Amino acid sequence: MDAVGATEQDFGPPSLRKRLSSALENPTFLGFLFVAPAELLLLIFLAYPLLLGLWLGLTDTIVGREGHYIGLENYISLVHDASFWLTVFNTFLYTIVAVFLKLVLGVGLAVVLNRDFKGKGLMRAIVLLPWIIPTALSAICFWWLYDSTFSGISWTLIKLGLMDHRINFLGDAWNARFSLIAANIWRGVPFFTIGLLAGLQTINPDLYEAAEIDGAGSWARFRKITLPLLMPLLTVVTVFSTIWTFADFQLVWVITRGGPAGATHIFGTLSFQRAMSGGHFGEGAAISNFMLPILVACVLIAFIFLRKED
Amino acid sequence: MGEKHKNISRRDFIKTTGAGLAGAALLSSPFKGRAIAAVSPPDFAVEKNPVLRVLRWSPFVKGDGVFWEKNSRKWEKVTGGKVITEYLSWEDVRPKAAMEAAVGAGHDLISGWHDDPHIYPAKLHDVSDVCEYLGKKYGGWEDVCFKYGMKDGRWIAVPMGGPGQEIVYRKSWVNEAGYDKFPTDVQGFIKVSKKLKSMGHPVGFAMGHAVGDGNNWVHTWLWAFGAKTVNKDGSVAINSPETRNALEGMKELYDDAMIAGVASWLDPHNNKAYLANQISVTNNGISIYYAAKGKPHWAEIAKDTYHATLPVGPAGKPTELHLFNQVFIFKHTPFPNAAKHYIMFMLEEEQCAPWTNAMRGYVTPGLKAYRDLPVWTEDPKHTPYRECIRNMLWNGYEGSIGPESAAVMAEYVVVDLFANVCARGVSIKKAIAGAEKAIARYYK
Repeated sequence: MDAVGATEQDFGPPSLRKRLSSALENPTFLGFLFVAPAELLLLIFLAYPLLLGLWLGLTDTIVGREGHYIGLENYISLVHDASFWLTVFNTFLYTIVAVFLKLVLGVGLAVVLNRDFKGKGLMRAIVLLPWIIPTALSAICFWWLYDSTFSGISWTLIKLGLMDHRINFLGDAWNARFSLIAANIWRGVPFFTIGLLAGLQTINPDLYEAAEIDGAGSWARFRKITLPLLMPLLTVVTVFSTIWTFADFQLVWVITRGGPAGATHIFGTLSFQRAMSGGHFGEGAAISNFMLPILVACVLIAFIFLRKED
Repeated sequence: MGEKHKNISRRDFIKTTGAGLAGAALLSSPFKGRAIAAVSPPDFAVEKNPVLRVLRWSPFVKGDGVFWEKNSRKWEKVTGGKVITEYLSWEDVRPKAAMEAAVGAGHDLISGWHDDPHIYPAKLHDVSDVCEYLGKKYGGWEDVCFKYGMKDGRWIAVPMGGPGQEIVYRKSWVNEAGYDKFPTDVQGFIKVSKKLKSMGHPVGFAMGHAVGDGNNWVHTWLWAFGAKTVNKDGSVAINSPETRNALEGMKELYDDAMIAGVASWLDPHNNKAYLANQISVTNNGISIYYAAKGKPHWAEIAKDTYHATLPVGPAGKPTELHLFNQVFIFKHTPFPNAAKHYIMFMLEEEQCAPWTNAMRGYVTPGLKAYRDLPVWTEDPKHTPYRECIRNMLWNGYEGSIGPESAAVMAEYVVVDLFANVCARGVSIKKAIAGAEKAIARYYK
């Protein structure tokens, strides 16, 4: 390099080709160059829509009309809107109950599937099914299962003599909320199960053997060995599930569209309804933006644990 | 693009579409006795080789799609242009059109709904020439068309009409309940419905977030009692004795006459329940009848199914709400003249009459002359649907149509008002106060 530099100094400023060649040998510049296409894609497809959403939330944009900056007016208006608070309640209820039950069921299923039994492979594949079926499709199945007239669940219970009337799954506010939570759990459990199953298989069986020799029962082995060793993975899986459940849209939109009387609206559906169906982009964006702090907190937790894993 | 040719002159148009002499038109006209006025069509200088991209709702009945395409091919022959129609589920047209309006790109023409053109009127071409010509020629527009199609004295959309909803009922059960004819007034309607439920045949009307069935039903009911969301000047008017009466009437119907679960019903639920013999009366388009007709396992239902106009309440006049379809042209189209010519062509008698007949009563046109088509009388079960557009009010009645009325409907404010009282046990006073606030958020 020095020799080349000396020659260049001798014969005037370096040519563009040589400057480029020298820059390409600089690891910092080269690194930046390598990640530039990915960063550009992220900027265009993630950062720009995010920033646009934040900006729209500060405007009174209505579809087809240019919006004007109105500061926090959308947010203040939402704080005084009873439907919005009902949506906040629904979203948190939906997320907390669904994620908790998915976690419990997911851990249980993973532990069972981690054991040796006949048809283990087939069972593991079946468990994955709800996860791989498109959400819109499974939502339509649940829509039928919960139908006020044709519900297969009601029909079975009536035929078995356990009930004498159909269950009003989606016409009653609380029934509708828990019906949606059940649908979400059905769909989300496989993610926990398969994720945790992979984690369970990395635990050294010697640890269990040693604990057993020391007289530890199955609950003690689970509490003292399985749970601590699974904790980082469990946290990451839970955080990801929280993000997806909190920002859900399809299940609720297909099954209830937020009804009855707004009793099942969550942030995603209310935002879509006001922005796309109602044409009030500014307000719709503001509703979406209310999700940001929670989602950012989840991302940070996941980030911290993923770094720990590394 | 910049080069525009008068491919279609007025003379060509008259020659090709047969829109010239009224006498000649009458000779082959499907209209019975109504003279079609001899009006010269506007002379559009159709651009050279236009390609029109049309976004419209997926047909509810086969004949609609068949004739839409057939008529489009006819137009292509006349003009040398091309029509590419993208079909979308009817509920999805609005958000897609809204996005296209926002970004200023996409389809040239939209076959959209309700308030759509009033949300972004500045993005649309003036179609006054088309509407004035068609109105003069075909006996004028029904009253509601002026509300939906015009903004500040100009036409911003061409009213096509609407897939109307009327009362669909099982005649034998209504007869068993002691009625020869289906009641036409609200009180009679509640009475027959209660009687039907006591006989094991409840009625069913959507009160969930059903875009069409739910909104149409509750608005019709609200207005029937003389209640309304806003006054002419846009001031909120929902807190009134009339609204309380409407809610009490609906609560009575819900408690004593309806099948359980209607608060969860979306648009398809009532069709399914009716065809499964679970309900005796509902509000719907003519589709239930045609879903049953021709199918051996539903032959009895089809035979027993009759239609009646929606009940009239204390307001003393029909107060119906139906889906309302209109076509509008975005300013971003490179072919505005071709687009205008296309809509005009589609609504000319030669195209529109067989098209409307083929829809078998599903869509009622907004032009009065098409009331005389044989479709409305060839099967008496079609006849009530002829009145849909004539009997309807507009979304946001009695105020004006615009982003506010669209937002209130999209928010299901009126549907939720009724669902809160009927299904969620909210007091009438509290439910009205909630609706009042929700309406006031948009009508500032």
